[in-house]
Amino acid sequence: MSMTDLDALEAQSIYILREAFNRLDKIAMLWSIGKDSNVMLWLARKAFFGHVPFPVLHVDTHHKIPEMIEFRDRVAKEWKLPLIIGENTAALAAGMGPHEGRVNCCTALKTDGLKALLAEHGFTGVIAGIRRDEEGTRAKERVFSPRTEDAGWDFKDQPPEFWDQFKTDFAPGTHLRIHPLLAWSELDVWRYIQREEIPMVSLYFAKDGKRYRSLGCAPCTGSVASTASTVAEIIEELETTRISERSGRAQDKESEDAFERLRAGGYM
Amino acid sequence: MSKTATALQTQYSEAPVSNAHSSAPMKIVVVGHVDHGKSTLVGRILSETGALPEGKVEYLKEVCEKRGMPFEWAFVMDALQAERDQGITIDTAQIRFATPFRPYVIIDAPGHKEFLKNMITGAASAEAAVLVIDADEGVQEQSRRHGYLLHLLGLRQIAVAVNKMDLVNFGQARFEEVKAEITVYLNSIGVQPTHVIPVAARSGVNISGPAAETPWYKGPSVLAALDGFEAAKPATDLALRFPVQDVYKFDQRRIIAGRIESGRLKVGDTLVFAPTGKSARIASIETWGVNATVAVSAGAGQSIGVTLDEQIFIERGQVASLAERAPSVSHTLRARLFWLGRNGLKVGSRYKLKLATAEYAVEVIAIERVIDVEDLANHPGAEVGRNAVAEVVFRSRTPIAHDSFLDNPRLGRFVVVEDYDIVGGGVIAEAGGVHQAHKSTNITEVEHKVDFDTRALANGHRGGVVWLTGLSGAGKSTIAMEVERQLFLKGWQIMVLDGDNVRHGLCSDLGFSPEDRAENIRRVGEVAHLFAQAGMLVITAFISPYRSDRERVRTIHPDVFHEVHVATDLAECERRDPKGLYRKARAGEIAEFTGVTAPYEAPLSPEFTLDTSGKSIDECVADLLRYMEANFSLSAREQTQSWGF
Repeated sequence: MSMTDLDALEAQSIYILREAFNRLDKIAMLWSIGKDSNVMLWLARKAFFGHVPFPVLHVDTHHKIPEMIEFRDRVAKEWKLPLIIGENTAALAAGMGPHEGRVNCCTALKTDGLKALLAEHGFTGVIAGIRRDEEGTRAKERVFSPRTEDAGWDFKDQPPEFWDQFKTDFAPGTHLRIHPLLAWSELDVWRYIQREEIPMVSLYFAKDGKRYRSLGCAPCTGSVASTASTVAEIIEELETTRISERSGRAQDKESEDAFERLRAGGYM
Repeated sequence: MSKTATALQTQYSEAPVSNAHSSAPMKIVVVGHVDHGKSTLVGRILSETGALPEGKVEYLKEVCEKRGMPFEWAFVMDALQAERDQGITIDTAQIRFATPFRPYVIIDAPGHKEFLKNMITGAASAEAAVLVIDADEGVQEQSRRHGYLLHLLGLRQIAVAVNKMDLVNFGQARFEEVKAEITVYLNSIGVQPTHVIPVAARSGVNISGPAAETPWYKGPSVLAALDGFEAAKPATDLALRFPVQDVYKFDQRRIIAGRIESGRLKVGDTLVFAPTGKSARIASIETWGVNATVAVSAGAGQSIGVTLDEQIFIERGQVASLAERAPSVSHTLRARLFWLGRNGLKVGSRYKLKLATAEYAVEVIAIERVIDVEDLANHPGAEVGRNAVAEVVFRSRTPIAHDSFLDNPRLGRFVVVEDYDIVGGGVIAEAGGVHQAHKSTNITEVEHKVDFDTRALANGHRGGVVWLTGLSGAGKSTIAMEVERQLFLKGWQIMVLDGDNVRHGLCSDLGFSPEDRAENIRRVGEVAHLFAQAGMLVITAFISPYRSDRERVRTIHPDVFHEVHVATDLAECERRDPKGLYRKARAGEIAEFTGVTAPYEAPLSPEFTLDTSGKSIDECVADLLRYMEANFSLSAREQTQSWGF
């Protein structure tokens, strides 16, 4: 029995999740309700034989599409997830929204909301489901990626990472982002969803000639033209498309380095 | 096995699982000197294979126009603003593409010397490499360094792209010159380049097919050369190596979790765990998931969990194997090392060494040679600087389970950590380390019904040898006797072996020649280790002036040997002269007196240095007591855990 490419990706992700769980004191997993973090949750249950032995964090921006929140609550209950929901209460009260600038909004509601949650619980490691093939700066990420005291990403001086020896030692006050899906492609994710029959938000499946390829907040996430209404059809679509995955995400396009600036500031 | 999440299923058709792209992509790294055109080559490859998303080229054209510069292919990979601003690649990036033959992940590695750590990060995971060389500039420092490091990392398939051929008017003569230069270098480190290809990445010459500009070139294009690389073979044919990553007890099962690095295992196999040598049979292979079937065997690359038929003590870092093909176990490793640390590596420096899932406290005991990657000359060196390559010997406090890199790369390589950072990587030159003869001297390997750990539990402290060395009059005996008294009062099993005392009995037949001194120390060493094996803590108080003698004692059982340098200088010892010996030696009444007429070789890297200058006896005693309690007493946690097991 030889391993398929999905077997290899799965084994590597499980290895990474187990490293994070063993080497770090207080870790949590970010759950955006999107396909990648659903796959990541599934991998955690595989790695730990049906258990999720750390909290699952959802940063609620109050701008999410309602189906996502419904899905979150249903899955959390059925999988008995140790779910923690956080939000940037102050910014929400002040009426923060994309009208204040999309990058500003992302920074306040997502990045700062996350930072507050990390500080409150003292997490030293946060598992996030980003992938290299999503976007150029994510292509340069490490699996264990250190963040400074203010959650910043020093992308000009990243630690060496080779032979699956990860950076697991870090100065007090700093924390690590752990990226178990870094090596996966969008197509890999969908093929794995198909193989494992992992539940997904219905928004990914085409209705009236449109579907979402990437899920975020309602005001900044657009749908793409598609007739793919099943997982198999999505896979077929992705095998031929040359449209980039985050093409529907408006916050990336405010300037040439919009996404890089978001990420350097602590965005996922 | 947990039940599946069928209740949540939505939108699944009955269609079979897609098999498209189901072979894992081959990982290729592109390396070379700064500005020789690596990122441009990669950008061009992505473009010609249709790997770029729609609009990407148009978007980058816009970016370049805004910046008032000609179109730059490298911007495809150089996603960071700083990279575009400076026109260089800072960090490694990975992007996918596919030829009709197979899918690839291409790794773009920076060529600037300052970013060597990023180049290693990219190259270490690759199966094959393309070395890019500027046709005009020819072979440069980083061309050689990268070539050397690829070889060190274990890459054997290297194609060379002689780029920017347009700058030399596609001249065959210049191409042959560069080809000869790099081929000679690569051959000298044992690498035969698979192909050397004339290329102009910017205009796409010889990227995907034969080019009109180089009619004299009959070899493959870059893409054809990539398709010619052989995929890495799975490590299932090698001996089983299953490093323990964690032990889980989420429910009634006690699951040993980890990834099989090489070989295969099946239910019913007897696993032997290095370095303890304990063994148990695999009772089950645990799985979870929707389509999970009952697993009876597993192989290299799989992340698995097993349960055992016996509850033996197992912890992270141990390596399971089959009895007939176990890994080597030793306290010393000789390795070829690349160094990335800002601080140089020196003899006596201490680090954390990470090999598979294990961590070891090690120190450098020798730098055998520093290798100049330019001319491959060897230099004796006292220090290994940043970005240098060297052959180094490490010594570990606890035994290291390993293989040579040649026998099994997965267990034959390691990284070195200083403070919070990975500062180097190494490949193990020979299995068994430097002192192969001492492999079988671990106490755990001796068949006693009462073992070392059990004695330690009964005593509340571990057995061991605290070897005081220093000049005559340094204070060894005085300090040792007081420490003995105080620990005895605390209920410790402790005994001092003193130089003068043993010479009345055990060694009464010996004099003070180097040979006799060596034999004296050998006997004392053996006796001290017997005491230690019996669970006692032994303090020895001997001048023991020769490094080699002390090292020999250490190798009897390095785990428990602690060398303590009582570092009182000669002038102070001579001023004290408690036995009047220095006066006699100076008067010529004693032959071969250490420090006066015979040498004293101070330890290069003792476990502890007792600095006595300006300190009272009581302060020195307190220092040594603190050290011994920190290193030999069992914590409450250790005691309860071990008994409760």
